[in-house]
Amino acid sequence: MKTKENVLLNIKNLHVWYKVYGGYLKVLNGVHLMVREGERVGLVGEAGCGKTTTMKSILQILPPGEFHIPQGQIFYKGQDILKISFKELQRLRSREIAMIFQDPTAALNPVFTIGNQIGDVIKYSAAFEENVHKEKIKTLSIKVLKEVYLPDSERIYLNYPFQLSGGMRQRVCIAMAISSPRNLLIADEPGTSLDVTIQDQIMRLLNEIVEKRKTSIILITHSLGVAKEMTDRIYVMYAGAIVETALPEVLFKNPVHPYTKGLLASVPKISGGGIAKGIPGKLPSYLNPPSGCRFQPRCEQESPICSEKPPQLFEIEKDHLVACYLTQR
Amino acid sequence: MRNSKQLNNSISISLVKPKSIFWVNLEKNWYKFSRNRLSIVGLVIVAGIIISAIFAPWIIPYPEHTGPFVDFENSMQPPSLQHIFGTDYIGRDIFSRVIFAFRGALIMAVVVLTLAVPPGILLGLTAGYFQNTWIDTIIMRITDVFLGVPPLMLALAIAAVLEPNLMNSMIAIALTWWAWYARLVYGMSSAISKEYFVIAAELTGANKFHILFREILPNCLSPVFTKMALDVGWVILIGASLSFVGLGEQPPIPALGQMVSDGAIYMPNLWWLIIFPALAIVLVILGFNLLGDGIRDVLEAGRD
Amino acid sequence: MKFSSFLFKRLLLSIFVIFGLSIVIFIIARIVPGDPARMALGPRAPEEVVQRLRQEMYLDKPLPEQYFYWIRGVLSGDFGRSLVTKRAVLEDIKEYLPATVELAIFAGILMVIFGILLGTLAARYRDTWVDNLIRTLSYFGVAIPAFVVAIIFMLLFGYWWPILPVLGRLSPGISYPTRITGLLTLDSLIQGNFVAFWDAFKHLILPSVALSLAHIFQDARINRSSMVDNMRKDFLPAERGYGIPERVIMFKYLLKPSLIPTVSLMGMEFANIFANAFLVEMIFNWPGISRYGINAMMNKDLVVISAVIIVFGAIFVVMNIIVDIALAILDPRVRLSTSRGV
Repeated sequence: MKTKENVLLNIKNLHVWYKVYGGYLKVLNGVHLMVREGERVGLVGEAGCGKTTTMKSILQILPPGEFHIPQGQIFYKGQDILKISFKELQRLRSREIAMIFQDPTAALNPVFTIGNQIGDVIKYSAAFEENVHKEKIKTLSIKVLKEVYLPDSERIYLNYPFQLSGGMRQRVCIAMAISSPRNLLIADEPGTSLDVTIQDQIMRLLNEIVEKRKTSIILITHSLGVAKEMTDRIYVMYAGAIVETALPEVLFKNPVHPYTKGLLASVPKISGGGIAKGIPGKLPSYLNPPSGCRFQPRCEQESPICSEKPPQLFEIEKDHLVACYLTQR
Repeated sequence: MRNSKQLNNSISISLVKPKSIFWVNLEKNWYKFSRNRLSIVGLVIVAGIIISAIFAPWIIPYPEHTGPFVDFENSMQPPSLQHIFGTDYIGRDIFSRVIFAFRGALIMAVVVLTLAVPPGILLGLTAGYFQNTWIDTIIMRITDVFLGVPPLMLALAIAAVLEPNLMNSMIAIALTWWAWYARLVYGMSSAISKEYFVIAAELTGANKFHILFREILPNCLSPVFTKMALDVGWVILIGASLSFVGLGEQPPIPALGQMVSDGAIYMPNLWWLIIFPALAIVLVILGFNLLGDGIRDVLEAGRD
Repeated sequence: MKFSSFLFKRLLLSIFVIFGLSIVIFIIARIVPGDPARMALGPRAPEEVVQRLRQEMYLDKPLPEQYFYWIRGVLSGDFGRSLVTKRAVLEDIKEYLPATVELAIFAGILMVIFGILLGTLAARYRDTWVDNLIRTLSYFGVAIPAFVVAIIFMLLFGYWWPILPVLGRLSPGISYPTRITGLLTLDSLIQGNFVAFWDAFKHLILPSVALSLAHIFQDARINRSSMVDNMRKDFLPAERGYGIPERVIMFKYLLKPSLIPTVSLMGMEFANIFANAFLVEMIFNWPGISRYGINAMMNKDLVVISAVIIVFGAIFVVMNIIVDIALAILDPRVRLSTSRGV
């Protein structure tokens, strides 16, 4: 394990509940995640497993009044950001961490121009050092639009979101995220809602940005292939908890957790082998989650302790952690 | 090789038929509806008003007072045990008259909506389906004309120009009301006409009637029902405004607005002459508003 | 570029609408059984006089020709002569219209300010007592007709608690300021006549509140629901996540898209204010054009009725254009897309 000095983000035992009619949706059940400086981390999991919730908790942009964090800490640069003041939080959001949302159409306000929105992001992030002039904001905005390879950025500056294609909107969101130097980017399934070729372009763009600026990035994806290619470490998530984490080659060669094994087996291969095998069953109810391991209802193997308490992550080999009782023998 | 008619039927059966879905889901819809207490309140109020209106001649204490009747000895009595709402300036029991006035109000709403809604739906449906053709243009421009003036204004003009009575007032309001339904349905029809299941029906050779009435129309109905429930309240409000100035039910038949205007001169001493009819108006509108909101929450999911 | 063509199309449409309206009114006015000339002159006037009036009014010509003469007159400002007051209708309109306009503008201002304010408060503090209070008040407020509010005010302030005037536009003893626009508040302000201004203002309060009350609550409800809907949209957490201050998010990024349905509604409501004005005008003895029109309707003064409806129609059309412009400013999708929206 690398030394703690260059740990940038450390999520420890995060529990997040959503308030709903009739109780709580206990979505996150003890998430552990660590990102080091300059590291590219992949977060893989099926739809609904809590990836976006985890990320939103970092920036604390969960819908106000509708959530509850019973326990857990999120350390950023050594400080528990769940407990910092609002002003410090604003500073965090505008200078340190930025999130690129999954659906660029929903993430952009439809009645304001692109320039207006990017301009505001720049204006308020710069507010922490000095008052930036309006003209300078405009120049900066156009410059950052060029950096994401948007052609004709002056025209786009004046356009409204609905006048742009999906791929362009996603680039705009990326531009907003990199408009000021950040230490951590969070990319939530970038390009998922787009055409595969565009998705590929977006991924390349992200890669280039990360390499050029030496930012850390958390890349959320439900595609293992993408995770393998673009990350330095993969976290596999299921039903609100991390079930396994390892370096990509290690994970692919030697998956330990039954869920990871199932995921890898369900990727269809061109080289033959017939129809890929899926994982029967579905995510558990968050309203009444199982008291033990949350994967247990779908797991092929079983042992009595699986239904008692949720398993903790432990190191099965160097740099390879798993949360499963069955592998502890 | 199936002929196109069979293909057509099999396609439309497997596609959306929300009207039948509504009845099938009645239990579920009722459950959703009943969870909102305000909607239940609205339903109770409306049911109460409808029942008392229907059975008015038999349940009110002084049925003769709704016709030509004078009793100066008992006139201008404050509310008492014999006359819950008191008596008016010529001795008629106000409670009986208020209940009886509900009849006129409800009849007005029913007639107006019956006259206005079907043509409105029809025109909107057609214009939406034939969007951007001359049919659309003509229909919607005419609709715009009738939308350009608020119902009350045109209703006043028409009702005044013709004989002032209930029937003419109803015609007047209906003449202005249809346009709102036309526009509402137009918006939905034009959007739905572009959906794939409509195109599919066209391609399999369905005739226009089928497309309009069996494919598009059922999908437009939810907001229409909601609007109808809410509109009852508004029509009654307009009716009250009309009867306030003497257009509507003619005396001695009671009408709520008319009773308010009659009682205005006797203020503030004979306060019961105005307060009760006014409260009745508020109650009716409130009831239908609550009911309409409840219906909307059930039929159009995804609100707060 | 595209906005001006949008505007142009709207104007064209509006002109068409007014013409359509005029045709409708004209037809209705002519359906009335009875002889307008005879009605104007009374049963005792000699036949030749009536005949002459008939010719003057073109009553013996075919209908389309009558319409033509009438429209020509209207376009040049000649609305004809009232069958009752015998004055040129144009004069009457010039005298009474500003009163109604002043009332409607005041009511409209109240509606806009308080409607948006209450709606925003309810959305901001939703599910708290503030929200519940506003929503409950809204249910009742919407259900109370304007004339009921007006009568309650008469009772309250006319008899029991006379702190605000209830009749007319100015107290007796205060002289009218010289007429510039006809709006008493504006005219007296322009001339520096603060006594008259304050008096006129006081007279405006009750009628405009009565007129606008129901609409205030209706707008509050729509604004609230629109804001709550937008609060769920993803662009808010996105903007928050970039570090944009909460204040900016509430008042800029949330408010603008939320206003779209509200403004739509307010346009219609403003038209309703004009329509309902007659009730309030009658009760508060306000010398406005609505009351003038109602009296004409009672007296079957067809000339005036047609004229008043046309004037109102024109006002509503102008209102609609203003609302459309406001919507176009608020929502770029409206002014830049080519197909006609709902």
